[in-house]
Amino acid sequence: MSNTYQVPTMAQKAAAGETPEVLFWVGCAGSFDERYQAVTLAFTKILNKVGINFAVLGEEETCTGDPARRAGNEFLFQMQAISNIQVLDGYRIKKIVTACPHCFNTLKNEYPALGGNYEVMHHSQFLQGLIQEGKIVMKGGGTFKGKRITFHDSCYLGRANDVYEAPRDVIKALDMELVEMKRCRSKGLCCGAGGAQMFKEPEKGNKDINVERTEEALQTGAKTIAVGCPFCLTMMADGVKNKEKEKDVQVLDLAELIAKDQGLSG
Amino acid sequence: MSSLPQILFLLVLAAAGFILYKRISYIRKTILLGRPLARNDRPKERWKTMALVAFGQQKMFKRIGPALLHLIIYVSFIVINLEVLEFIIDGLAGTHRIFASALAGFYTLAMNVFELLALGVLISCVAFLVRRNLMNVPRLNSAELKGWPGLDANLILWIEILLMIAILTMNATDQLLAYRGVEGYLPLGGLWISSSIQGLFEGLSSTTLLFLERFAWWFHIIGILGFAIYVTYSKHLHIFLAFPNTWYSNLEPKGKMPNMDVVTQEVKSMLGLAAAPEPTDQAEIGRFGAKDVPDLSWVQIMNAFSCTECGRCTAECPASITGKKLSPRKIMMDTRDRAEEISQSKAAGKQGKDDGKSLLGDYISQEEINACTSCNACVEACPVNIDPLSIILELRRYTSMEESGSPAQWNAMFQNIETSFAPWKFPPTDRFNWASKLNQEEKKPTNNE
Repeated sequence: MSNTYQVPTMAQKAAAGETPEVLFWVGCAGSFDERYQAVTLAFTKILNKVGINFAVLGEEETCTGDPARRAGNEFLFQMQAISNIQVLDGYRIKKIVTACPHCFNTLKNEYPALGGNYEVMHHSQFLQGLIQEGKIVMKGGGTFKGKRITFHDSCYLGRANDVYEAPRDVIKALDMELVEMKRCRSKGLCCGAGGAQMFKEPEKGNKDINVERTEEALQTGAKTIAVGCPFCLTMMADGVKNKEKEKDVQVLDLAELIAKDQGLSG
Repeated sequence: MSSLPQILFLLVLAAAGFILYKRISYIRKTILLGRPLARNDRPKERWKTMALVAFGQQKMFKRIGPALLHLIIYVSFIVINLEVLEFIIDGLAGTHRIFASALAGFYTLAMNVFELLALGVLISCVAFLVRRNLMNVPRLNSAELKGWPGLDANLILWIEILLMIAILTMNATDQLLAYRGVEGYLPLGGLWISSSIQGLFEGLSSTTLLFLERFAWWFHIIGILGFAIYVTYSKHLHIFLAFPNTWYSNLEPKGKMPNMDVVTQEVKSMLGLAAAPEPTDQAEIGRFGAKDVPDLSWVQIMNAFSCTECGRCTAECPASITGKKLSPRKIMMDTRDRAEEISQSKAAGKQGKDDGKSLLGDYISQEEINACTSCNACVEACPVNIDPLSIILELRRYTSMEESGSPAQWNAMFQNIETSFAPWKFPPTDRFNWASKLNQEEKKPTNNE
């Protein structure tokens, strides 16, 4: 058995005449954001370990257009979407998994109106499936057992798509003590980055939204804040820094938690 | 007996009916200022949504206290209005409690239920007045409620209190007259709640009692008719509009934004995937997004008329919570105000929407719509499924596509997507660089190659 992890691209698979089971849509944050690259790597390692026949688009992937659409630029969104659909359909892709709720929402809900129809899963749902099928067996014990953790619902996973249980099932499998924030699930408070806010300074106010949310997360007493979204990760990590708690409290993505449990991370 | 009261009643009823008819046509016309939108799919799911959310008050029960008080008023409103049917028949036919002899014991039971509900409404309205005016509930004390909206909210509660006092006074005096054997009044065999206030009237002469009973009767029925008309001017329209408003709910996942098909045509032709759109089509395109109320869909305007200004949306809005200028409730109030302004101006033969004003700019500012995180908390919070976010996003579409007026940082983000295919300025050739890190960290501990 090889210890090297593989990330085949769709182009390589196509050249070899293979059709992967699932496309891993990495997303811009997963590709470029240094912190979120770790999540991409963690998820890739899990896919390798479980033996999923997957591929990525590599340099052929481009922004889904989500931030452009939310900021009002429908032209740019549709330019991106239609080009992406051409690439996806060119490879006859049927099933997509992504670690970004914004990509997830756009690919799943908004591409069909432009002719792109795929089965789209968020990585929390994919991981939930692997755990339920027994393909990932949590080691439990170890570093996480019994420790307090809280989960911050991403708006584009939760309210936007009613996915509340998948991330919680992943956390429960880790045998950690999940402590909910007062505002959770359908009442979860946004991290402040949705609707293209990630790409501009906030409007004038008396507080930053991520600080408000981080305070709530810290009140649970959890030393781990779990997220399932690159923007939430940035905002919550910044919030923790703002509260000068970065030495005690870590903000981790669900895939990172599993990778750690499985001894896959460096 | 003189038939004068009957004629008078008929006139009052006809006048109220006429005014109501005018008001309803006006509201209908105002709602239809909006763009057409077909939302008749999945009727089963729509009836179910209406039954649960409007009829069953499902979303109110996220806050149990106000939900229970509201439920009492709501149930009473429906049940006590059954009595209005008797009022109308009595008023027109010159009879008194026409159902009493036919229904006998059941009538007494029904009256007792009505009285119990009336007492419940009295208590709930007083509780709501205290809550609104004496307790510091932030969403009931916001700046946007200053003036008419705040007065409107209090007036409704006072009107309901007066109507309930009228019912109880009427029953108390009615039964006193019956016991004294005054002609036309039937003893009903015990009305528990109104009999407890009979002591107030016992010392009065039968003539005074007759006057009081008639006064309370007229006050109640005119009050109900007046209230029905008042409601059309008020935030209280939700008592009717909650039903169609929930029937026409957005049933798609909340995260899904509707596709602009006119844009698709153009984009496809730009990418060489379709022929250029016919010029005749372009003339019909109109504006991209929304600048003013007529650019919105009729459902969005109905949303505005259905809004009770309860502020649950604003209380959940992350922008509003952190002191930004955005308030989803204000978005809905502004939309209704502007819709009415256009409609009234049109009705008066003036310029209507071409009065030089617009929803975006004169009512809602860029700063407000720029503060939205599109998190859907407002949509989730609304007890009658109003969608403020959809309006905000249409205003943003107009700003971006018609005026290129988005914040500079968004324009930079657009440019990054156009040139680097990512919202950040990274070379697209670096997109797959992360893969080179995949085996780096692992090589040290498992160096067995």
